[in-house]
Amino acid sequence: MSTAAPHALADVTASDSTLRRFLHGLPGVDAVGLEARAASLGTRSIKTTAKAYAIDLAISMVDLTTLEGADTPGKVRALGAKAVRPDPTDRTAPATAAVCVYPDMVATAKAAVAGSPVKVASVATAFPAGRAPLAVKLADVREAVAAGADEIDMVIDRGAFLAGDYLKVHDEIVAVKEACGTAARLKVIFETGELSTYDNIRRASWLGMLAGADFIKTSTGKVAVNATPANTLLMLEAVRDFRAQTGVQIGVKPAGGIRTTKDAIKFLVVVNETVGEDWLDNHWFRFGASSLLNDLLMQRQKLATGRYSGPDYVTVD
Amino acid sequence: MASAFEYAPAPESRAIVDIAPSYGLFIDGEFTEAADGRVFKTVSPASEEVLSEIAQAGEADVDRAVLAARKAFEKWSALPGAERAKYLFRIARIVQERSRELAVLETLDNGKPIKETRDADLPLVAAHFFYYAGWADKLDHAGFGANPRPLGVAGQVIPWNFPLLMLAWKIAPALATGNTVVLKPAETTPLSALFFADICRQAGLPKGVVNILPGYGDTGAALVAHPDVNKVAFTGSTAVGKEIAKTVAGSRKKLTLELGGKGANIVFDDAPIDQAVEGIVNGIFFNQGQVCCAGSRLLVQESVQDELLDSLKRRLSTLRLGDPLDKNTDIGAINSEEQLTRITSLVERGESEGAERWSPACELPSAGYWFAPTLFTNVTQAHTVARDEIFGPVLSVLTFRTPDEAVAKANNTPYGLSAGIWTEKGSRILAVANKLRAGVVWSNTFNKFDPASPFGGYKESGFGREGGRHGLEAYLDV
Repeated sequence: MSTAAPHALADVTASDSTLRRFLHGLPGVDAVGLEARAASLGTRSIKTTAKAYAIDLAISMVDLTTLEGADTPGKVRALGAKAVRPDPTDRTAPATAAVCVYPDMVATAKAAVAGSPVKVASVATAFPAGRAPLAVKLADVREAVAAGADEIDMVIDRGAFLAGDYLKVHDEIVAVKEACGTAARLKVIFETGELSTYDNIRRASWLGMLAGADFIKTSTGKVAVNATPANTLLMLEAVRDFRAQTGVQIGVKPAGGIRTTKDAIKFLVVVNETVGEDWLDNHWFRFGASSLLNDLLMQRQKLATGRYSGPDYVTVD
Repeated sequence: MASAFEYAPAPESRAIVDIAPSYGLFIDGEFTEAADGRVFKTVSPASEEVLSEIAQAGEADVDRAVLAARKAFEKWSALPGAERAKYLFRIARIVQERSRELAVLETLDNGKPIKETRDADLPLVAAHFFYYAGWADKLDHAGFGANPRPLGVAGQVIPWNFPLLMLAWKIAPALATGNTVVLKPAETTPLSALFFADICRQAGLPKGVVNILPGYGDTGAALVAHPDVNKVAFTGSTAVGKEIAKTVAGSRKKLTLELGGKGANIVFDDAPIDQAVEGIVNGIFFNQGQVCCAGSRLLVQESVQDELLDSLKRRLSTLRLGDPLDKNTDIGAINSEEQLTRITSLVERGESEGAERWSPACELPSAGYWFAPTLFTNVTQAHTVARDEIFGPVLSVLTFRTPDEAVAKANNTPYGLSAGIWTEKGSRILAVANKLRAGVVWSNTFNKFDPASPFGGYKESGFGREGGRHGLEAYLDV
């Protein structure tokens, strides 16, 4: 199949061996150095006007997420209302980028955010394990798109990736991208915690981009290690280098484990100093998170009023 | 880099440090004026503001201080090692407790960013005292035979680039082994050593064990020439080191010298490029490049030169130069007008010899001493900027084709202090490291320090080792 990439690197995906050679020819990642760089960016001190800017930017980048077996239409409607107007006491607070739900909740979510700029993202492809036949995964995607999903968050086949079957992973992403059509942007989740090494994360990032991902995303939030400043830094380096080679800009979405404003600001600093302001926009950078939003709102209120309000002054959904 | 995300100023408060309008010499546990009443001023290199007026030690003061150290030596050297350790542990803990204050002080007097004094200098200072405190009662087991004896009075002269850290490197092993100390801090950065004198008093250190004599080169010359000094330790320029070696030649003084360098950072084509870029930046722009072991020569394999230089230039354009007390500052001020003049003239020489100069867009503050991060490309071994130690934020980029050529070029310098190797191939790291004539070889990192690791030079970078078990030898009669 392998027809996705219309850019300078198209021939890389011509065969299993060319793809493997390309991915294994990417520069290695020194884990100590990568983590040291991420930690050093984490010491930036973001105060006053910069903090206010970062908080509003972070709110606008949240993919407000509920991915539970216990999700109900009521829960999803509440989430949608919150995404559209995160702080009912302050209309200047920006809306979030999207709500992120399971495919069967897409229609409900779509109705809940109707008339607002908030997008509906749906996980698909047998999220979170991705262990289903391709036909089932594609049906999952088509249902979600048909129900009105603006964005699809797919998971890659980690088993195939770890077995070295890169072309299988690639072709699956290409197929999902086709199923998304032009209606939906595709986010490709690597589940970095299962890929385990930074070299693998770099290879997966390039694999995803070569296959036509619109976004590359760290994780599902369902495993022990999710988004970290280091793996997000590495993926930002990948999108930076990919654009330099192909001219195509790809988004990045860290997801899972980002719970506080302090965390979110550290990620934004990493974005700012790795890829710069071209990515400081919710079209190109997202946070996959649920509890983060309330902390952002509390910090926003603190900046505006000079005092902490407390969890009873933000909505619990 | 212009960005929508502009970091607001985030200055560390100066209120935590109380700098007196004047300081005396620290001799025999007391602050005292210089015998001839001379004083000099120390300024903040970031603003040229006068911070304090400092007594300037002359020959008579050197006599007094060495005499005080000699008197203190008898009792101090006779203390059981475990007792000396208690003082060193106490000093280490006080340094930790006062670390924020000392970090702000050091940044004010030296001009380096608070990020560095807070995260590098001060933690290493405390670690050094903790480390050598641990040795004080274990000298029998250090590999020098039973009951190794101290030398006596150590005359120590330290530079301005890491004022308190170099003090720690000198004083901690000297005291742990039972010596007493007369130390001369650099004339542009005397304050942290004087605060350290206060810490010695706070720790209850016996009088005369540590004496601090601020002053210029003549003070240092008098100290190293003093007949009752048993040990001379110097960190600084190779030119001064040679003078000191001549002075002590023919005497029974034991000498260690830690001098200049022109470190090569070697990047092979299979290197982890993004981390190599960080390592190059850390190697030459840490402390504005005013580091004896700086990676001031970048040797890059020709096949990745363009890619690496593009990445490096992009990275340099994100460096934040400015107020050293701002927590987001990466590049602070040059330590003195004299040093700035030296850097400027060497850079001009590099340009006139045909090397290609590049700096990121970078606004320099109007007051104080500043130099923008600078790259030289098209540099050959024959260029001055590839041979002379610049001791500033200036990187010379050279290329190589094969590992043998990299090694030959890296070693083709009168210096031999540090080197770096960047490759993902472990066997290459070992093979190249074995051939490099440098006291420290870092692999896939740069400018990493640990008190347990010995540090020192080959060739004109000096002799003797500081740090680790090896660092004890310089202060023992073995």
